[in-house]
Amino acid sequence: MATAAEIEKQAEAREVRNRWFLSAPALIIILLAASGPLLIVLFYSFLTPGPYGDVVWKFSTEGWVSVFLERDIFDDTLSFASAHLTIFWRSLKLALMATVATLVFGFPTAYFIATRPERTRDIWLFLITIPFWTNLLIRTFAVLQVIRNEGLINTALINLGIIDQPIQMLYTDFAIMVGMVYVYLPLMVLPLYASMEKLDFRLVEAGYDLYATRWQVLKRIIFPLVRPGVVAGSILVFIPAIGAYVTPSVLGGGKNMMFANLIELQFGQGRNWPLGAALSITVMAIVMVALLVYVRNTSGSEVRHG
Amino acid sequence: MNLKSMSMAAGVALLASTSLASAEGALNIYNWGNYISPDMIKKFEEKYSVKVTVTDYDSNDTALAKVRQGGTGFDVAMPSQTYVPIWIQEGLILETNPGGMENFKNVAPEWANPAFDPGRKYTVPWAWGTVGVVVNTDVYKGDINTWKIVFDTPEELKGKVNVVPEMNDVMHAAIKYVGGEQCTGDKEVLKKVRDVLVAAKPNWIAMEYNTIEKMGAGDFKATSDWNGSALRQRLKTPAIHYGYPVEGFQYWSDNVVVLKEAKNVDNAKLFQNFMMDPENAAMNSAFHRYANGIAGSEKFMPADMTTAPEVIVPEEFKKNGEILQTCAPEVTALYTKIWTELQK
Repeated sequence: MATAAEIEKQAEAREVRNRWFLSAPALIIILLAASGPLLIVLFYSFLTPGPYGDVVWKFSTEGWVSVFLERDIFDDTLSFASAHLTIFWRSLKLALMATVATLVFGFPTAYFIATRPERTRDIWLFLITIPFWTNLLIRTFAVLQVIRNEGLINTALINLGIIDQPIQMLYTDFAIMVGMVYVYLPLMVLPLYASMEKLDFRLVEAGYDLYATRWQVLKRIIFPLVRPGVVAGSILVFIPAIGAYVTPSVLGGGKNMMFANLIELQFGQGRNWPLGAALSITVMAIVMVALLVYVRNTSGSEVRHG
Repeated sequence: MNLKSMSMAAGVALLASTSLASAEGALNIYNWGNYISPDMIKKFEEKYSVKVTVTDYDSNDTALAKVRQGGTGFDVAMPSQTYVPIWIQEGLILETNPGGMENFKNVAPEWANPAFDPGRKYTVPWAWGTVGVVVNTDVYKGDINTWKIVFDTPEELKGKVNVVPEMNDVMHAAIKYVGGEQCTGDKEVLKKVRDVLVAAKPNWIAMEYNTIEKMGAGDFKATSDWNGSALRQRLKTPAIHYGYPVEGFQYWSDNVVVLKEAKNVDNAKLFQNFMMDPENAAMNSAFHRYANGIAGSEKFMPADMTTAPEVIVPEEFKKNGEILQTCAPEVTALYTKIWTELQK
């Protein structure tokens, strides 16, 4: 005969088992689909490149060394891998600029939507999500059609007699920025909107009643309250932007490598898989550290109400 | 393995072998995208009652990596000549001896015994072409048969030149331009190559593959390119012409091989033989717009191809071309560094 305590113990054990069973699918997916491949990448970064791609099963740190150091092919001196750094810096700069630009355009957009009557907000949100239905590449080519020399803008300006020669917009940094902002804008607007929707607009009114200027209201009341949305939106834009290479190649002309191109080169024509693997892990580590610092610094200060 | 599953396996094997003997069933082709004539596939399917499936790849390296992993289910692939020796060396392709097949007599003499597959023990010609320069002659009237278009860009073309970002093609062109030998590891030559490339880049507008559309729309006025692409551009815009650089240009060729892991070996062999028939090769050329290396196929080709200077290399330029070879891994490593330096 089982005592009450034993029955309770059994029930508890069953409970624990159930929890494991219920979380098993998620755990398996995280293990197999997220950690597994990463471990393989890490493992490959310590092997020797095969003569024509792939790897040879021999331990080597050469891949990691060549992430940071390069042997000059002409005078054989070992120096800091400045080419890798230049390319990384280009990707980083572009991602930061895209984040700031989407914030500049996304903030007023989200504010506008959040301040509409409740009935119409859904329509505005719906409009924001429409570009998501289309493939990234197609959206990028759409931008190309608008800004190219024979594109919409130049043709219109020439027909109106404002300019004689088309303005070269395609294959410039401007083109890359236009493309990135267009592609990533919804990722910024949606989390910003989610924060702003919860914003108590009576606080804004109270601010005005106390003779705050518009700028003060924005800076001291709205911005601190929607900060979680800004953080989430920035992260959502920054992460894909740093790995972006479709948009920069199509609109920027592909003359200058992005970090993703550099990695792709190692797995393709460069035939140096360990270096490619090491580069992938490096960029991931840097992004992770940067995000940790960013999140800690921005979410640390709690807003004081009242 | 118990008795039941063993007899089952034997039965399946028997079934498979009989279906192969009568050459019915399937053929799985692994090929570059948009590179095989649907009409020709239909003809093959009807002639041998075989169901053909085509899967695309986008680069030689992708194809090599995937086939090397194994278990692809593909029977036939079309690697380029620089990759054929690697595929052979890595034991990926079956020695089907096309040199002994019925239709081998049709292979053009210059393609019957190539360095990348002496005696044609593994491969059948699929398509061949050249890499040169394409220029819009409305913009530039000078001589276009030179790599100067790309590496020492004339004033009229500055800021309007594109370079197709194929590392090995660009390196070959630049090495020829400075007077070196292909696949060279000579540091003196490579230093010149690096300097030429770095100095030339500011005159380029882009490095991308999408040349047909961009030359047509006028975003580019010149580009390095493949000859078949050049032909399609000229048919759309008559002022666009193809140049064979006197400094040296490359011949390339893609080839039909049968994979070692092929399940439908007999069908794959039939396909190799089928491709050496002039009429079939011509059908394919009419689609992908490249020459095919099968003698007598000209008779069946569309008229705009049989006279095209992009397809028929003019006699005076023939001597300047060479077939691109497989460079040694350590040389490729040097090229990758120069390439990274160029695009940093």
